[in-house]
Amino acid sequence: MATMTYREALNEALREEMDRDPDVFLMGEEVAEYDGAYKVSKGLLDVFGDQRVVDAPISELGFAGLGVGAAMAGLRPVIEFMTFNFAYLALDQIINNASKLRYMSGGQFKVPITFRGPNGPALQLGAQHSQACETYFLHAPGCKVVTPATPADAKGLLKASIRDDDPVAFMEGELLYNLKGEVPEEDDFVIPLGVADLKRVGSDVSIITHGQMVHLALQASDKLESEGIEAEVLDLRSVRPLDVDAILETVQKTNRVVYLEDSWPYAGTGAQVVSIIQEEAFDHLDAPVLRVTQADVPMPYAKNLEALAKPSVEQVLESCKKVLYR
Amino acid sequence: MAKAKTNTSSGAKTEDVLARHGVTAKIALELMQEMLLYRRFEEKAEESYAIGKIGGFCHLHIGQEAGAAGVIKVLQPEDYAISAYRSHTQAIAKGISPKAVMAELYGRVGGISGGKGGSMHVFGRDARFFGGHGIVGGQVPLATGIGWKIKYSGENLVCICFMGDATVNQGGFHECLNMAAVWELPVIYVVENNKYGMGTAFDRVSKTEISARSVPFDIPASSVNGQDVLSTFKHFRNLTEEVRSGGGPRLVELRTYRFRGHSMSDPVSGTYRSTEEVERHKEESDPIAILRHQLFAEGVLDQDTLEEMDVTAKTIAAEATDFADESPIPEPEALYENVWAATNVHGRLFFDGQRT
Repeated sequence: MATMTYREALNEALREEMDRDPDVFLMGEEVAEYDGAYKVSKGLLDVFGDQRVVDAPISELGFAGLGVGAAMAGLRPVIEFMTFNFAYLALDQIINNASKLRYMSGGQFKVPITFRGPNGPALQLGAQHSQACETYFLHAPGCKVVTPATPADAKGLLKASIRDDDPVAFMEGELLYNLKGEVPEEDDFVIPLGVADLKRVGSDVSIITHGQMVHLALQASDKLESEGIEAEVLDLRSVRPLDVDAILETVQKTNRVVYLEDSWPYAGTGAQVVSIIQEEAFDHLDAPVLRVTQADVPMPYAKNLEALAKPSVEQVLESCKKVLYR
Repeated sequence: MAKAKTNTSSGAKTEDVLARHGVTAKIALELMQEMLLYRRFEEKAEESYAIGKIGGFCHLHIGQEAGAAGVIKVLQPEDYAISAYRSHTQAIAKGISPKAVMAELYGRVGGISGGKGGSMHVFGRDARFFGGHGIVGGQVPLATGIGWKIKYSGENLVCICFMGDATVNQGGFHECLNMAAVWELPVIYVVENNKYGMGTAFDRVSKTEISARSVPFDIPASSVNGQDVLSTFKHFRNLTEEVRSGGGPRLVELRTYRFRGHSMSDPVSGTYRSTEEVERHKEESDPIAILRHQLFAEGVLDQDTLEEMDVTAKTIAAEATDFADESPIPEPEALYENVWAATNVHGRLFFDGQRT
């Protein structure tokens, strides 16, 4: 195992995949000479040159769509959004083109493209720069959505995403880039999409979550432990494909579930997971499934309001106790 | 402030500069006072950011003050202005009090948006400053809509739409220029060309100059030295009257330079521009130094008066931070205020279990 940051793990994954496959290239705002707005692509320009590490103008729809066209024509683009907030400008290309081209063409085309960048609430960045965007990419069939929470997952899942023959929205936690963790040193460390990971084993209540919120769930679990409650934390890792077997397994084990996410509740990932649980594991439930989400408001700037808008450890504790009737 | 050279960077001689620009001494001194305020206000914001009183992203206009002062000075109070995220000074120029802008940066109740917008989202409806927009190019369609409203209502007004140079590569910019041209909307699209979209030099990602971008839509384009506030003022005074009298939209490149990093979280110089380049611009094209030199040469300003004006600017900036410091943080109830127009009668609007 090597210890590295989430940022370094992503950088390694990009480096290895670009080494492995000459069709892989990276394009986005500030990715080359500036080393990436979050320094994920640091040093790649020197290694791979400006044909493969390309600074784009601020034209999100344009370069996202360029990537889709290049993917149709046989390349394997990695398109970086400086943040997923800016990917809204490119939604037409991602949803109406990338996600539907295989279907619309009767399978003639594949679109092996990875859209990646930071996602999720950050610190006092206000309503347009601080939000979890995954629901937009999940809703229409055709695009996979991956949300790594640790350096190891970041590396293994990015490599899998780049190799995937469908479009993938690879959504990095904006607050996780400096997070350190162990990453396996094996030659080709790939984590398949659609496999959840038990980040903590417990028997009393399941906290199911994804992305940055995994760490909040773990903090809450530590507090619950001190009160004699053993929480299990299931990190979905990819929210589409969704590891339904892992969800049902933990429900059958603890019979009590809290879904935690930092996006909004309406039609969020948690809403889908709750639907699956009540359809497929209704008899295993001892309490209604509860959700902890971002408050159903745009993100406020003021520090105290922002803290109220984001999911908190306290809310997770409260919901866990509620499903335990404590 | 650096010492300006004998000639301004536009190459014009300083003699009779006021007469040549059709600017009275009174207006010129007001422009000086305003630019000093913007400089001192932004320096205060910089200090406050450094000690954690302002959070998130904070983009300063230091070096570009002539754009705020010279452009907005020509407007009537009912005219509109809208901008991107480097807009504190423009908001003040358009009539929002420095106190309300600073308190917004602090995330306090006394902020113009009640602390919910922050540095990138300063809005003042009464001052007709329509934001404060965080996504590159996001304000351009809105400005086009404001132009539409002016024309629709038969008003004798104009809308100024500020944007950075990188915006001209956004698709929405081109769509809007076409519509503004087709419908002859009274909008002046002002590109503040500070040479860099964040850390990317304009010409690294742009095939043609900014003034060429309106050619396909038959919109007259012009460029002006945005470090020379008198030139900027003169240019926009003429242009605004053309547009106000039904001349249709215009595109203006305001050639400028930012003296600080893209935002407070970015370096001033580094891989994308050298320290020497920044220092040279500060030496040669500081808008305050340029105007100072012009006004000294004209004999309408002396060092003592300038220093008094600077004290005034510093006092207003300090009063703004004092006000922001004393303004309370928002009440928790504010979290759910202004998401929707009003409490709903039928159906549920909120889905987080906290409000129904």
